[in-house]
Amino acid sequence: MLDLLFDTSFAASVPRFVTPILLAALGGALCERAGVFNIALEGFLLAGAFAAVLGSYFTGSATAGALAAMVGGIAMGLVFAEFNLRRGGDSIVVSIAINLLAAGLTTYLLRAVFDVAGAFSDPAIVGFKGINIPVIGSIPWIGHVLSGQSILFYIAVAVVPLMHLFLARHRLGLRMRAAGENPQALAAGGVNPKRVQLWALVGCGALCGLGGAQLSIANVNLFVENMSAGRGWIAVVAVLLTRGRPWPLFAIALIFGVVDSLSFRVQGLGMPQQFTDVMPYLATLIVLTALSWWRKRNPA
Amino acid sequence: MKLGDGIFGREIVPWLAVVFWIAVVLLVLVELVGASFGDAVEGFIQGAFGGRRFAYLMATLSRATLIVGMALSVMLSFRAGLFNIGGEGQLVAGGLVAALVGIFLPGPPLLVLAVSILAAMAAGAAWAMLGGLLQLYVGVPLLVGSLLLNYPIRYFASYLVAHPFRDVPSGMVQSHLVPMETWLPFFPGTRLDIGILFILVAGISAIAYSYTTVHGYQSRLNGLSPDFAKTVGLPVDRLALQTLAMSGAIAGLVGAVAVFGIHHRYIDGSLVQPLYAWTGIIAVLLVGMIPWLVPLSGFFFAAIQTGAAGMERTAGVPKEIALVVQAAIILFVASRVSGALLASSDRKTDGGSDA
Repeated sequence: MLDLLFDTSFAASVPRFVTPILLAALGGALCERAGVFNIALEGFLLAGAFAAVLGSYFTGSATAGALAAMVGGIAMGLVFAEFNLRRGGDSIVVSIAINLLAAGLTTYLLRAVFDVAGAFSDPAIVGFKGINIPVIGSIPWIGHVLSGQSILFYIAVAVVPLMHLFLARHRLGLRMRAAGENPQALAAGGVNPKRVQLWALVGCGALCGLGGAQLSIANVNLFVENMSAGRGWIAVVAVLLTRGRPWPLFAIALIFGVVDSLSFRVQGLGMPQQFTDVMPYLATLIVLTALSWWRKRNPA
Repeated sequence: MKLGDGIFGREIVPWLAVVFWIAVVLLVLVELVGASFGDAVEGFIQGAFGGRRFAYLMATLSRATLIVGMALSVMLSFRAGLFNIGGEGQLVAGGLVAALVGIFLPGPPLLVLAVSILAAMAAGAAWAMLGGLLQLYVGVPLLVGSLLLNYPIRYFASYLVAHPFRDVPSGMVQSHLVPMETWLPFFPGTRLDIGILFILVAGISAIAYSYTTVHGYQSRLNGLSPDFAKTVGLPVDRLALQTLAMSGAIAGLVGAVAVFGIHHRYIDGSLVQPLYAWTGIIAVLLVGMIPWLVPLSGFFFAAIQTGAAGMERTAGVPKEIALVVQAAIILFVASRVSGALLASSDRKTDGGSDA
């Protein structure tokens, strides 16, 4: 079991599992800080994954796929904004509806556009290649983690400090936090909180879209129905646990990503698939329970 | 504007807009696959209400039974201000336990059936209470705790029917059949099993409980104003757990009804893939949690789903159109009606824990 951790293919797989959760969670963090209760990350991710395949298939470019994924995610964000911010729908209800919408629409379009059910894979879907970093790549073990990953992984990691700075320094970032903490004060200052929250949803959609692209055109080159498979929910938990602060979020996403890739690895060891499939959810539940317990004991 | 004035005008215009937008969504989707709209409509009506000797209508009713059951289950929780979205796990727990007890318990069929149903209700209740205990004693918000609990039970059930209790010769991932004598009979002359009666009884009891008992009143009070309930000295924690238990018991019952009435065994994914639990949630939200309307909205969504299957058969429109339309209905309608009802419960992410 232990030598598994030092296995190079395990090392290489960790970022592949961290990236979608981290990107989705960072998107969720924007909403959380801006006071938008968005638990539709699962739907955002799924829309991104599908749009990525769509974009990549029709243009032959992985970058275009990633851009399409961002558009797909942003579209979901706009739907959220329309029904939650503008029409005043309850955020939980809107979230549940968007998760259903994404599941239905991706499956429907899969059959309408590609005329297949279940999964679509085609040589015309161009995925992201790993980027080899010269010196770092030759360090044992660590090199396999840090080098040879898709560009989306490096983007995800870069977004962590950038978002930290954005929320701490940038005018829009500060306004987002104000919209989350004291929207009346923001409105009194002449800024419409809903407009700020709209930007948070757009940012969330873009980040989740990229996370979806990692799932469909970086980890594999295909789309499978419901391929987000609960990762959006894990991202929601990560956001709740960290209250949307980027650095702690990074740590949590790493933990979940490691468990996710571990469960993927031990599938080869003859364990029933159900046990390995459930590991990420159990880990999420355990971390959630442990941290909640600790917080209850040590109120801030 | 004349149209916007008057008692009805004020209400009717926005609702017409809702109908208009949903029709637009439908048209675009049907157009996208190049199907004929007339065929699609005909297929929809056939699929939802027609068929030889109304076979499809029976299928719709049978599906509506499960959806309404799940809707009643979440309604009890929601009305008490408890965001229990773990109905799926409670449903699976009930279905699994019902099938296993049905298969392995010897005895007269009626007794086996009764014990299986009770065991299924207990299993659903236990799974729901687990989420409640996590919220009350550990501080895990029920919204995410109950949702995450869906996964362990789903995979555990899947494992049990894939390995130890699998009906291997069938070649499918499913348990053995429960004894034929325990199957719920059909209504005479139809292909509709009597499971709907169980849900009817559960529904009437749930509504009677909610409106005629002190406990039900307190539970609703707790949902409308948790602070008030606490201030006047109601045992809010115990109320929450008891409400969750009832909620889960109904979900477990639905699982048992599906097993004994429809599948006659536990089939992997059979309770999860049709999204009964999620449809139940939206069926409740659609009618703003008004109990008397739940059967109607449950039937409405069931008809959308079976109708979509009919559209797929006759017009080649993928049946997933049902999911999209359901989501659109919820977005347009629920954003108009149920916001106020849900508004009372705590929404801050770290709030659920300090109860």
